Amino acid sequence: MAKAPTKTAPHSPAENPDFALHSLQEELEAKKRYDATDDQLRDFYEQMLLIRRFEERAGQLYGLGLIGGFCHLYIGQEAVAVGLQSALTEQLDSVITGYRDHGHMLAYGIDPKVIMAELTGREAGISKGKGGSMHMFSTEHKFYGGHGIVGAQVALGGGLALAHQYNEDGGLCLAYFGDGAANQGQVYETFNMASLWKLPIVFVIENNQYAMGTAVSRSSAETEFYRRGTAFRIPGMKVNGMDVLEVRQAAEIAFKHVREGRGPVLMECETYRYRGHSMSDPAKYRTREEVQDVKEHKDPIEAVKKILIEQGNSEDDLKAIDKGIRKVVSEAADFAENSPEPDPSELYTDVLVEEY
Amino acid sequence: MAIELKMPALSPTMEEGTLAKWLKQEGDTIEIGDIIAEIETDKATMEFEAVDEGTLGKILVAEGTENVAVGTVIAMLAGEGEDVSEAAAAAPVDDVPGEGKDVGRPEGSGEGSEAEIAKPAKKWGVKDPEIPHGTNMATVTVREALRDGMAEEMRRDERVFVMGEEVAQYQGAYKVTQGLLDEFGPKRVIDTPITEYGFAGIGTGAAMGGLRPIVEFMTFNFAMQAIDHIINSAAKTNYMSGGQMRCPVVFRGPNAAASRVGAQHSQNYGPWYASVPGLIVIAPYDASDAKGLMKAAIRCEDPVVFLENELVYGRSFELPELDDHVLPIGKARIVREGADVTIVAYSIAVGLALEAAEQLADEGIDAEVIDLRTLRPLDKETVLESLKKTNRMVIAEEGWPTCSIASEIVAICMEDGFDHLDAPVTRVCDEDVPLPYAANLEKLALIDTPRIVKAVKKVCYRD
Ligand SMILES: Cc1ncc(C[n+]2csc(CCOP(=O)(O)OP(=O)(O)O)c2C)c(N)n1
Ligand SMILES: [Mg+2]
Repeated sequence: MAKAPTKTAPHSPAENPDFALHSLQEELEAKKRYDATDDQLRDFYEQMLLIRRFEERAGQLYGLGLIGGFCHLYIGQEAVAVGLQSALTEQLDSVITGYRDHGHMLAYGIDPKVIMAELTGREAGISKGKGGSMHMFSTEHKFYGGHGIVGAQVALGGGLALAHQYNEDGGLCLAYFGDGAANQGQVYETFNMASLWKLPIVFVIENNQYAMGTAVSRSSAETEFYRRGTAFRIPGMKVNGMDVLEVRQAAEIAFKHVREGRGPVLMECETYRYRGHSMSDPAKYRTREEVQDVKEHKDPIEAVKKILIEQGNSEDDLKAIDKGIRKVVSEAADFAENSPEPDPSELYTDVLVEEY
Repeated sequence: MAIELKMPALSPTMEEGTLAKWLKQEGDTIEIGDIIAEIETDKATMEFEAVDEGTLGKILVAEGTENVAVGTVIAMLAGEGEDVSEAAAAAPVDDVPGEGKDVGRPEGSGEGSEAEIAKPAKKWGVKDPEIPHGTNMATVTVREALRDGMAEEMRRDERVFVMGEEVAQYQGAYKVTQGLLDEFGPKRVIDTPITEYGFAGIGTGAAMGGLRPIVEFMTFNFAMQAIDHIINSAAKTNYMSGGQMRCPVVFRGPNAAASRVGAQHSQNYGPWYASVPGLIVIAPYDASDAKGLMKAAIRCEDPVVFLENELVYGRSFELPELDDHVLPIGKARIVREGADVTIVAYSIAVGLALEAAEQLADEGIDAEVIDLRTLRPLDKETVLESLKKTNRMVIAEEGWPTCSIASEIVAICMEDGFDHLDAPVTRVCDEDVPLPYAANLEKLALIDTPRIVKAVKKVCYRD
């Protein structure tokens, strides 16, 4: 793994005459889909299905009143987290995202039980029940949250990348944010510094077409989000976020670029959220036909299922996978329901680390 | 084994809704993920998605049925080869009044506040002296009162406009700007991108340029992105320009804890803004104050931070039917007269203080309750007058205790009311921790009526 150059050998991106902002996109165009082995493909399928079933169950538990407050589901966007994170080096690379975070955690191998128990606000939850759906973290897995303030994770991701560079550990940071978040000022402040300092970070815009009830065209002067790094000389990539193999291929290209010490990449994954923004949503800003059309024609899980069947897997094989996943999710839900609430004394712990 | 399909909840506090539409019919095959029906409250629509597969059996609640209680069996789903067409009809549902809960997230903590949301608040006997005797009263929610206040001022003054996230087409994340786009059009009701720092600056600049912007923050938690403009740009320009440059902007939105939304979405910024010279800070409790002070804020020549409370939006109160209901900024109101002790509160804590006062009355303690309404400038006079009368004071505040409005009141009492004190002035606030998500911890963290009652008894030496 190439060591990232340190800040002390500055090569301003502007000084590099060969720098082509579209070079990574061209590489992707040349070969769009990742050649997955049979096992890998099955893994992608299982992981995406796990996220979907988990989220469906979370939606149900919310309806039953077991989950409160905000709960943002990832249904429809599964290929993004799975395609990207399957290409990361676990225990080395860091991941950070916003409040729509359950999928990214599952894709990073975090136990569904402790995630679900956090959603129900129980002692066994990954944040001891003190964070909730939007605020989950696992330093063990180098998953750094779980942030409720739109856009904050982008600058924080820049900091995680700075730490990788500083420690010369060869790791990179994957920082996810939404199309809505892409309009926050701190995103561009971070782009500038990340490019200037050649930080090892991949900025991933999950363009699911809406920020709450606002379609991208109503909030953004430039809706081709991958171009938004241009002013900072960050190469952009536009990726079909409904195709896990394309996402994975893009990840290979982007991560290589970053690991070679060539600075950040901005990747826009075009995707779609099937459910409301949070659990209740007036759903007046888009038509049912629009949602139905994506579900029927672009579903990331169905697409992989099709390939698996073409490869000779039977419907029964796939049903068995689904059954296994349902069991895992049911166990997580039971665990989350039956785990006790945090001890009242937990109210005062973790405010500060030290005693004064 | 047939599966019962039950009326789902859009939020933990939703009790009933309308079964708007069946998208599948009896006998249809159901795949997981299929949308079976559409559920509605008056604020939101939800798609009811299948989590099991099978065949839709008997539909037990017809399309268009209103007030279907959460948990009611609405249809049966049969597995392979089963017949559920004979399933029993659902028990009839009582026609319970009350609104479907809010969009965006649940409203009301489920306990305590709920009762008050459903029914108009009690009259506490003390009229606002600003309201002429004999005025007709209408019952409206705080949400409507705020909206009406803005709409009236927009009709009156062309320079007034509203901007913020989801304020126009979506009708407001919490529906406070409902209907404004229809009436005033996109020039005056502007949807912004999610860029608080930017649009707070644009709003402030527009005020400097002669307009009267109302800048909505989806919640005040997000105004932290923009606090530089509120304080450095809006609050200080008049002073720095020697009085030349006015900045008549209103920054408004829900403030303080909502329900189960965790630490980053739950804090009270009252004390933060109230510490800044050059700002007006208003935090009303009931509908009349919400409307009257909103109108005053919009007319005010100074920058105003107007702190609302999501949990109070849906509560109904009496509102005077006046052509132009404008209330004075900087005046507290005695909302309940009493002789033994004073409870000072603002925003949602006023409701808790009134509840506490009722309970204390049963135990023979006659509490006076003051609603501060404006946090800056603070109405010291009303507070000190009351202290002079009761000689004992408790401050109830939904917020952290350290450097709070409560602390400020204690300081005022020490400096200017010392001779009237018969007991230490006591703060009742939230616990001094970030707000936890877990239901039990959240409840422990937040101020409640029993804590106020306890503190009052203590200052009355009755514990
Ligand atoms: C600074 C800030 N402003 C506003 C909000 C409220 N809010 C939460 S999510 C959201 C929409 C974000 O949309 P997008 O970035 O596209 O992400 P998505 O929800 O589509 O995943 C808004 C406005 C917030 N949490 N933080
Ligand atoms: Mg989005």
